[in-house]
Amino acid sequence: MSDVIKFHFDVDGENFTSAGEASVQVKKLLRQIGISPDCIRRVSVAMYEGEINMVIHANGGVADVLVDDEKITVILADKGPGIKDIHLAMQEGYSTAPDNVRSLGFGAGMGLPNMKRYTDTMDIESELGVGTTVTMTVNINK
Amino acid sequence: MDTKKHSVTLMLDKCKGCTNCVKRCPTEAIRIKDGHSVIDGDRCIDCGECIRLCPYKAKTASYDSLDTFNNYKWKIALPAPALYGQFDNLSDIDYVVSGLKNCGFDDVFEVARAAEIVSEYTRNYLKGDNIVKPVISSACPVITRLISIRFPYLCDHLLPILQPIEIAARMAKEEALKAHPDLKEEDICCLFISPCPAKVSYVRMPIETDKSAVDGVLSISDIYFKLLPAMQKIVNPETSAQTGIIGLSWASTGGEASALFNDKYLSADGIENVIKVLDQIENENFADLEFIELNACSGGCVGGSLTVENPFIAKARLQNLRRYLPVSLNHIPIEETHRVPPNVLWDSMVEYKPVSQLDPNRDVAIKMMSDIQQIFEKFPHIDCGACGAPNCRAFAEDIVRFGGNPEDCIFLMREKLHDLEKENGDNDGK
Repeated sequence: MSDVIKFHFDVDGENFTSAGEASVQVKKLLRQIGISPDCIRRVSVAMYEGEINMVIHANGGVADVLVDDEKITVILADKGPGIKDIHLAMQEGYSTAPDNVRSLGFGAGMGLPNMKRYTDTMDIESELGVGTTVTMTVNINK
Repeated sequence: MDTKKHSVTLMLDKCKGCTNCVKRCPTEAIRIKDGHSVIDGDRCIDCGECIRLCPYKAKTASYDSLDTFNNYKWKIALPAPALYGQFDNLSDIDYVVSGLKNCGFDDVFEVARAAEIVSEYTRNYLKGDNIVKPVISSACPVITRLISIRFPYLCDHLLPILQPIEIAARMAKEEALKAHPDLKEEDICCLFISPCPAKVSYVRMPIETDKSAVDGVLSISDIYFKLLPAMQKIVNPETSAQTGIIGLSWASTGGEASALFNDKYLSADGIENVIKVLDQIENENFADLEFIELNACSGGCVGGSLTVENPFIAKARLQNLRRYLPVSLNHIPIEETHRVPPNVLWDSMVEYKPVSQLDPNRDVAIKMMSDIQQIFEKFPHIDCGACGAPNCRAFAEDIVRFGGNPEDCIFLMREKLHDLEKENGDNDGK
């Protein structure tokens, strides 16, 4: 049994240009420990989507990435407004992003569906007015 | 990988051991050891950033000299399109081509000709089935190397067509053998006149083919001073240039991509910008693009560190030169208008080289990573570079990978000294 390794990142709110920095750093760290390219990409795509979501909806948050023997776990936690209807939010094309965000090309309503598509498990815990925590895992192909 | 094969080299006597190159190297390939900089050959991608920014001019590019090829009967110059942008008041490329024939070359084969051929084959390639898109240009050897060590998932996106200099050398040799039946293959050498050190490294250790058909690489800056007087003597040059707008445009960023007659492209230059674009492509952020042209040098090939002219001026001159040229003067054979023949494709695919992997065994790598984290936490995180590594993180990695003392960090050292002083002070008081 090897160590569980944990990386922590702060995701800055209100800053689209720096959104995605954590996923870029995670890519480097996962390459260093020899995770397969396909696996790295799935983590990176899902985490990037999640980072963008936190910037758009929740004024940023924190991202933790844990690597153990079998899987990579990404936990994105914010203190944003919460998701009113998770089932609806999971539908492709459904978005509550404001117009100014859409005009930048974001807010197509594909964030959560894509995060689910690229990961092996995804779990959302959300409370209105308190915040949202998304936990995703990607299995490490042996 | 043999460091000597890289073009980027250090002049030991000039290096002061400052950290300018260490901190700006895009692949963190440089460290200061024993008072001077050391380049890790596995990580170096020959982008030439360190050559450009070294305040002491201690970083240089090694390349070939024309004299060393005197034993060849037939020397063919392969001028890069960027060469044409180096001259003031140049009205016609014919002057350059004729000038080259008057300064030691038996013949000239313009790389721009091969570039136009590559453009046509790329258009065919993009129309093919099962193509992984966006296709990323492989003409800049820095980008190909960068992707092979840092963007494993994008290796399949690289355009698997040989770069123009390779195709130019092959075509030049074929033409020479046909035109001069008395010549044998070993009599001919093809010498590329290059804007950048990356092409030197490519020819010495190509990854797309076993052996390059280019026999040597000379620098634009060297040839320039021989060529200029030769060109000034020419009154009426023979009409020999065979470069069109497309071939000429390859010299600066956007030229290769716009030659595809397809709006769905992106072109970017400057190594830092390129890395950002590649990170975004890996995240599928450009899903509707078909082609990505990336150049390590700002401005494209005209920005190479072996050129003499400012890249933006060179680009402006090229715009002027191309005004009266036909769109393209070189075409692929009619029977190939829908395919990409195997002879222009790579001999071997570019594969991911995990140079940053801490250990082949993942359990060991994870253990090392956790050691790195622990050491990193002790450091001040101000990335001063005084330890010789580009940042605190890289120093922690070096210690775990290759050994070393965390107290080489001047801040940890200072803390230790403070502690010692305090301890001594306490002892004195007793």
